[in-house]
Amino acid sequence: MKPDDPHIKWIEEPRLGIAGRLYLPLVLQGLTTTARHLVSPKLTVSFPEERPKIANPLIYRGVHRLNKDEQGRVKCVACFLCATACPAHCIDIVGIESPWPDREKYPESFVIDELRCIFCGMCEEACPVDAIELTSLFDLTGRSREEMIFDKEKLLSIYDQTKDAEPMRSVREGIRG
Amino acid sequence: MTNAVVIEALVKIGLLIFGLLTAAAYLVLLERWVAAWVQDRRGPNRVGIPLTNIRLMGLGQPLADGLKFIFKEEYTPRHVDKWLYSVAPIAILASAMAVFAVIPFGSVMPVAGVKNPIHLVVAPGFDVGIVYVFAVSSLAVYGVILGGWASNNKYSFLGALRSTAQLIAYEIPLGLAILGVALASGSLRLETIISQQAASGEWNLLNQPLGFLVFFVASLAESARLPFDLPEAEQELIGGYHTEYSGMRLLMYLIGEFLHMVTAAALIVVLFLGGWHLWGLTGHEENIHWGTALVRVVVFAAKVLATIFFIMLIRWSWPRFRFDQLMALAWKVMLPLGLVNLVMIAVMVEYGEHFHEIALVLGVWFLSGIVILVMAVTQPLESDNRPRW
Repeated sequence: MKPDDPHIKWIEEPRLGIAGRLYLPLVLQGLTTTARHLVSPKLTVSFPEERPKIANPLIYRGVHRLNKDEQGRVKCVACFLCATACPAHCIDIVGIESPWPDREKYPESFVIDELRCIFCGMCEEACPVDAIELTSLFDLTGRSREEMIFDKEKLLSIYDQTKDAEPMRSVREGIRG
Repeated sequence: MTNAVVIEALVKIGLLIFGLLTAAAYLVLLERWVAAWVQDRRGPNRVGIPLTNIRLMGLGQPLADGLKFIFKEEYTPRHVDKWLYSVAPIAILASAMAVFAVIPFGSVMPVAGVKNPIHLVVAPGFDVGIVYVFAVSSLAVYGVILGGWASNNKYSFLGALRSTAQLIAYEIPLGLAILGVALASGSLRLETIISQQAASGEWNLLNQPLGFLVFFVASLAESARLPFDLPEAEQELIGGYHTEYSGMRLLMYLIGEFLHMVTAAALIVVLFLGGWHLWGLTGHEENIHWGTALVRVVVFAAKVLATIFFIMLIRWSWPRFRFDQLMALAWKVMLPLGLVNLVMIAVMVEYGEHFHEIALVLGVWFLSGIVILVMAVTQPLESDNRPRW
């Protein structure tokens, strides 16, 4: 395509006003903007001392927890729906026959590899008994890979840790689980 | 030359080098702070005293930075010209430091037991001070071009080429602006220039606004600060002439750059902002009490720091110039402005005594305004960037 091709539409650069041509007024304008930001309140959150404010902890997708029912038993019925829904295949459940009369199975072991998890929340969506939920804890760290594989006890302890601040959905919405 | 003179000079050199290196380290911190504050962040505020939890607003950061640089691997690529590669950073650092030999960081300091008061400048009574500053600071371009050439790398070389063109172009307006000052004060000695401003109480900024403008812009370009940092434009050239450098050699380059900024600020203060003079505080006598001498040093340092702070603010207010704009600004704007300024000063020096001082100052400002307006209307920076055929 040649430069004088009729299909090319040449657009004129907009001409500067007198302030733009003088340059110095715009310099002053730029400097005032910079100076205003220099003294304006800072947006940085000084993390370990100051916790970031999570707008709605109830819908935040952080570390998982396994919910307990009123008798302190794990709510999970080992139906494997969460493990099936999980796109990262990070949930590993071993289900055995339940000792309680209200359900057939319960998880002997319930392991989530937090390093594989992508925190999509599909497990929470899939769960029919409101047993697995994502909390608003976001700063999970560990010194080894093994440490980041959370077992049932760990996940249940996260429930104890967060149940007051973030009640279960079934409790929130008044549904009997 | 007696022993006392040598010892005095050595002490001053030692103090100056220590002070400059510390200043450069803390200016890096200041630059990061300013960068953060302008962007509504907090900046480095964690590093304090090592092994404790005391933070001191991050004042330990330069120490940590320095340690990091020392422990970094100093890698020399195989394709470089070894000798030039190691000489280049030394050249730039040496030239940046040598300039300070003639920059007075105060006036005189009377010391008990010494007959003559000590001049607060490494080379006192150096009659060609400005010429020396000019000559030595121009040597920095060797550091840049040698580094770029020896690195044997396209990006480095491009950066060095740009830098050379830029430094050479901006030295002309810089020289013209300095000529105005030299003409007005009738001396090339920096001490005399300051003491004249102090004696008359009129800083050169008042008489030569155009000269100040030209000098300020040109010295920004000379020290390769934004908006003139084309030599090392990260987005285009990775790091420019110091792309291939690491460890201590990179540190030398970075310190050299910061010292150039300090030089530029110090020169602006000396030539246009009255050096250590501040009305009603520092006086203008030659024979002074040591307290006054100290106040003068503090005033000078404060002015330099304020200028540096302003230069840092400018960094975050402007985008970088395009190369053709940079050149157009030097040759089509700064050069004519410098010439006009020089003529104005010459006329003022020759015929100034016939007019009242205030009329003179007002006249200069008015004429400067007119010149800038004419410059703006004729618009030399306008460029047509469509392809020619």
